[in-house]
Amino acid sequence: MHRKFNKFSREKKSSRKKEKIKAKKITIAPREETKRELKISAIDEGTVIDHIPTDATFKVVEILDLENHKGIVSIATNLQSKRLGKKGIVKVGGKSLTQDEVNKIAIVAPDATVNIIKNYGVREKIKVKTPDVIENVVKCSNPVCITNHEQIATKFYVVKKDPLKIKCHYCERSMGKEDIKII
Amino acid sequence: MDFKNRDIISINDFSKEELLHILKVVRQTEQKPKANLLKGKILAALFFEPSTRTRLSFISAMEQLSGTVIGFSTANVTSIQKGESLWDTIKMTGQYADVIVIRHPLEGSARLAAEAASIPVINGGDGSNQHPTQTMLDLYTIQKTKGKLEDLHIGFVGDLKYGRTVHSLVIALSHFSPTFYFIAPDELQIPESYLDELFQKKVKYHKTSDLARFSKELDVLYVTRIQKERFPDPLEYEKFKGIYRIDESFLQNVKKDLKIMHPLPRVDEIDKSVDSTPHAAYFEQAANGIPVRKALLALVLGKVK
Repeated sequence: MHRKFNKFSREKKSSRKKEKIKAKKITIAPREETKRELKISAIDEGTVIDHIPTDATFKVVEILDLENHKGIVSIATNLQSKRLGKKGIVKVGGKSLTQDEVNKIAIVAPDATVNIIKNYGVREKIKVKTPDVIENVVKCSNPVCITNHEQIATKFYVVKKDPLKIKCHYCERSMGKEDIKII
Repeated sequence: MDFKNRDIISINDFSKEELLHILKVVRQTEQKPKANLLKGKILAALFFEPSTRTRLSFISAMEQLSGTVIGFSTANVTSIQKGESLWDTIKMTGQYADVIVIRHPLEGSARLAAEAASIPVINGGDGSNQHPTQTMLDLYTIQKTKGKLEDLHIGFVGDLKYGRTVHSLVIALSHFSPTFYFIAPDELQIPESYLDELFQKKVKYHKTSDLARFSKELDVLYVTRIQKERFPDPLEYEKFKGIYRIDESFLQNVKKDLKIMHPLPRVDEIDKSVDSTPHAAYFEQAANGIPVRKALLALVLGKVK
């Protein structure tokens, strides 16, 4: 008991010491590091979508309708990335993504990672996967496609995943990533 | 091979074996016509835009097999004018007939119709997208006039950019190890997406704007009209109008058994003097529309296998 108590008190002491050091670190943190903290501040609970190609960052925001989200939303783009060169990150407080939303993200950001956050920690990491069939997510870019004139769900087959090329089930036109508009 | 209740929407839906089976049935239909084959059956011919050959040949094919035809040849007389959706129109028609043939200006309309109807649907042309029965009669004409489909040297000349008959025939023929020659000015050349597909299928092709360049190589020359209605600017049309002309002087430098095809209507791409030469296959091609459509109607109605 005595030894244990001693150990506990030692641990407590050392953690207090660490806190002190940490606190000291923050106070002496260079300006740049403070900026970084601000850019990608942690969220308590929610979802972090990482490894978004820079040009798709705002499409992800659009897909998730974050303009109307009531919780915290952090959007960072043009961040350095070893894998992508430049990337975007979107953090959404208090929101878990549905499978449908994950599928939609896969269309514009095939390399994205979706991290489910609980208590500031990553609870689950989901690698998005481009589906073989995309239903009722994308609008056909062909103005004379029947789907743009009749109230029906659109359907596309993924012909090529990288770079993304999809083919309309109805008018059979192929569309590249640049033509993709989310419904 | 059973085609009962099968929809005929796009040439892309058919394998090589299925295409060859259909051509076999066409040959049988032509050689041994059965006059009462479709007695008691009703074809709904829903033509939302004008058509001469396709509509008349479907009606003729159905009536030659003792079937009856209902329908319309312009959308103005339908409830579409009152705002009815295509889905509802087709759903309703499906209760009145045994088979539907649809022509509609919007692309993908035939696929939607097939999903709405519980009876088989045949695409008679959906905008610039597909016209599979035309492709099948083109294949049949090539097979009949050349005696084979494999290893042919086939040229396409004219509007290769917008011509749906060219696109569908290129896809259908790519099953039969052809060599293609795409003859058109750059502005009207075949879209890259088709060339990508040919590259993947290891099909040989040449691209040129010079009609004479490969004339001696060709077994078949498929001529298309430069379509005035496709050009937003009339001046652009004037630039390409009459750019290629098949006449007697062109025929001096071709294989003796070259066959010239054209989906018709023609404007001035093929001189009238060609009509009386053994090279002309375009009227026979138009006539083949009847046995092809008879065979397809009988197949999807389950009257032949």
